[in-house]
Amino acid sequence: MNWKRKDLLGLEELSRQEIEFILDTAGSFKEVSTRAVKKVPALRGKTIVNLFFEPSTRTKTSFELAAKRLSADILSFEVSTSSVSKGETIVDTARNIEAMKVDCFIVRHSVSGAPLIISKAVKAAVINAGDGCHEHPTQALLDLFTVKEVFGKISGLNIAIIGDIYHSRVARSNIWGFTKLGAKVTVCGPPTLIPHGVEQTGVSICYSVAEAVKNADIVYLLRIQKERQQENFFPSQAEYRNFFGFDYKKFQFQKNKFFLMHPGPMNRGLEISTESAEKENSLILQQVTNGIAVRMAVLYLTVRQVH
Amino acid sequence: MENKILSTNEIKKILEKLSDQVIKEMGPDIAVVGIKRRGAILAERIKKLVERKVSCNIDYGSLDITLYRDDFSTIGSHPVVSGSELMFDPDDRKILLVDDVLYTGRTIRAAIDQIIDYGRPNVIRLFVLVDRTNCRELPIQADYHGIKVIVGKNQIVEVKLKEVDKTEEVVIAEIK
Repeated sequence: MNWKRKDLLGLEELSRQEIEFILDTAGSFKEVSTRAVKKVPALRGKTIVNLFFEPSTRTKTSFELAAKRLSADILSFEVSTSSVSKGETIVDTARNIEAMKVDCFIVRHSVSGAPLIISKAVKAAVINAGDGCHEHPTQALLDLFTVKEVFGKISGLNIAIIGDIYHSRVARSNIWGFTKLGAKVTVCGPPTLIPHGVEQTGVSICYSVAEAVKNADIVYLLRIQKERQQENFFPSQAEYRNFFGFDYKKFQFQKNKFFLMHPGPMNRGLEISTESAEKENSLILQQVTNGIAVRMAVLYLTVRQVH
Repeated sequence: MENKILSTNEIKKILEKLSDQVIKEMGPDIAVVGIKRRGAILAERIKKLVERKVSCNIDYGSLDITLYRDDFSTIGSHPVVSGSELMFDPDDRKILLVDDVLYTGRTIRAAIDQIIDYGRPNVIRLFVLVDRTNCRELPIQADYHGIKVIVGKNQIVEVKLKEVDKTEEVVIAEIK
């Protein structure tokens, strides 16, 4: 396969072959982080900018480490101290930074489509690190990578995604990724948090966690965004925990062996019971480790397309 | 037009003769590291030959130097990164670095850089099947070579090995 894209905006636009190519490339990068010198010179002399208009620790750190392990220079743009708070548009912000000769923007924004707007305005590579409720492609890629590492394949697996599907860009990217690679995806959550028409993407809907877990190979829990509480999508956190919170004790007699995943940060005692996160079937920290290799692969493939 | 310079049998003889020379000069306590793809295949064969002669296990590694290339922005197509495996600690070891063809020396430079990222070997020696003597761009020379050839810039040396190609031979061909 020949990679041609300078931007990674979402998994919706990628073909199955392109997704598999990124995962294969990531497999080769994983070894770099286990070396005595955790660095290769592949992107030496390239400059990458973290453009985060929304708070993030994990994704930003993961991209920073990925860039550094490829020998690129990376700087993080702090939105609170920037001219954006003085009224500059995102396009002007991006163009101004690009005028200082940077090769790649990693963009997170609360508005869906912001990375797309920036990608059209600049020649540099643009990687979506989460935009509104739209997509979070590198999260889904690291999830696919982790599942493939555990099962050796993705096709034919049953994936249950539980929680706030409606507001989740992680869920959207994962639905595209897992269905394109041939897995069977079930989404589960309170009816108010299941988007209308989601079944058109090829997923099944389920309103009972017990039912969703029954045939699952992977149980993927989404973070409940506490800030959504005021919008009355569910009556109370206690109510959510009772009906949709995951507690391994409820499922320890389950016949099928499944693995637990979560994109972080976890709300222990809300969507996941504190012991469940520690169980041996939890892949949560493995996901974080794999995030570096996947982001190295994405940076390597896209930045090379910038001339 | 293809011009055959080594046959299956000649390749076999060269590897056997040079393996003996390697053991004599470097001792039995060596590690063999090949550059992917065909260098890694030759390295595996040398490992087996040396193991048979000294009857102990020889450490082995393979390097994918894609990430260490210096022609990053000029090559159009995307070589697939296939990963490197060095199954031993190279600190204070004697390493025999193996490739099929020595040409400009840039691949060898990249491979040496990569080995040094894993540790600090005592010594690295270079083993190539074919040495294109007149095209060096860096001050790198082979310690062990099978055959020396003078080949123009409009020609290529193709090493075909039965593990990945249908046949086994070395030919000089015109670049189309």
